[in-house]
Amino acid sequence: MDFFSFFKKKNTPPSGTVAKDRLKLVLVHDRVNCSSQVLEMLKTDIIKVISNYMEIDEEELDIQITQTESDDKSGTVPVLYANIPIKSMRKVNQD
Amino acid sequence: MSEVIVITSGKGGVGKTTTSANLGCGLAVLGKKVALVDADIGLRNLDVVMGLENRIVYDLVDVVEGNCRLKQALIKDKRFDGLFLLPAAQTRDKDAVSPEQMQKLCDNLKEEGFDYIIIDCPAGIEQGFKNAIAGADRAIVVTTPEVSAVRDADRIIGLLEANGLNNPTLILNRLRIDLVNRGEMMNIEDVTEILAVDILGVVPDDESIVIATNKGEPAVSNPESRAGQAYRNIVQRIMGEEVPLMTFEEEPETFMEKLKKLFRR
Repeated sequence: MDFFSFFKKKNTPPSGTVAKDRLKLVLVHDRVNCSSQVLEMLKTDIIKVISNYMEIDEEELDIQITQTESDDKSGTVPVLYANIPIKSMRKVNQD
Repeated sequence: MSEVIVITSGKGGVGKTTTSANLGCGLAVLGKKVALVDADIGLRNLDVVMGLENRIVYDLVDVVEGNCRLKQALIKDKRFDGLFLLPAAQTRDKDAVSPEQMQKLCDNLKEEGFDYIIIDCPAGIEQGFKNAIAGADRAIVVTTPEVSAVRDADRIIGLLEANGLNNPTLILNRLRIDLVNRGEMMNIEDVTEILAVDILGVVPDDESIVIATNKGEPAVSNPESRAGQAYRNIVQRIMGEEVPLMTFEEEPETFMEKLKKLFRR
């Protein structure tokens, strides 16, 4: 360890933390047991349904399974995260 | 009362066989009658870790197929009173045995009056795993503090619970406290938090394990070995006693290391 590395090191987390974070994310996917194929099918269906009501930016669409803290704060739970940019609303016949 | 305990991990090379050998010996030292069963058919190894490789006549498949009686296949370990090994077959496939046959074998071993029957499970989640867990009353999952090993342990825990083996306990093997203290290895809390299981024990990474395995003498019988002490603690916990987790301290630095550090500053 030289003198300058003392300053450099602060920015990157230690590899143990990196390992834990990577592991958590991998396990979210493993535990949900959702293949990328299924996720792709889900994505197509979501686009289909939403397109009935609004015009969306399919290029920028982002759908993934990730995790969030549970409501009772007892741990983390898997969530389906979808970021769907809307270009414009369609006129929907309401009756 | 006898209990069948399966030692499993998913990933290979994390220390299932070493753990099986040490727990078996440790229980026998405390006066229990123990059968060690090597369920890794085709890749038998528990015999060499135990140093009993020259005494094999019959194996697990011979017993299951009725080529010999159970008692004929059980190798008595002369160093530890009450310790017996049932070796795996080396020249057969995993599907030479069915889960039903393993279940029956475990029942027969219970009838022989064994207090503990320890099953060394093969790596993987296929037929060999299904066979090994078929007759088990409880499961111990072995892992190391690495992403791949913990991931596989998580999968195994799910499969165990799906097969009715609820609340498996965890042995965290090969922990390097110097790396943990520097933040370069996941610590005990990290792993238990992620896997959400009770910890049965933590075994430090210890060269005495390598030496013991070279000689075919389980480290648990070596009073000097740190890993051996960790296994002795685990044995007591298996028998229902409450033993606190080992405290981990870094190895004291040698003079040369101190000198090096001095110049690095």
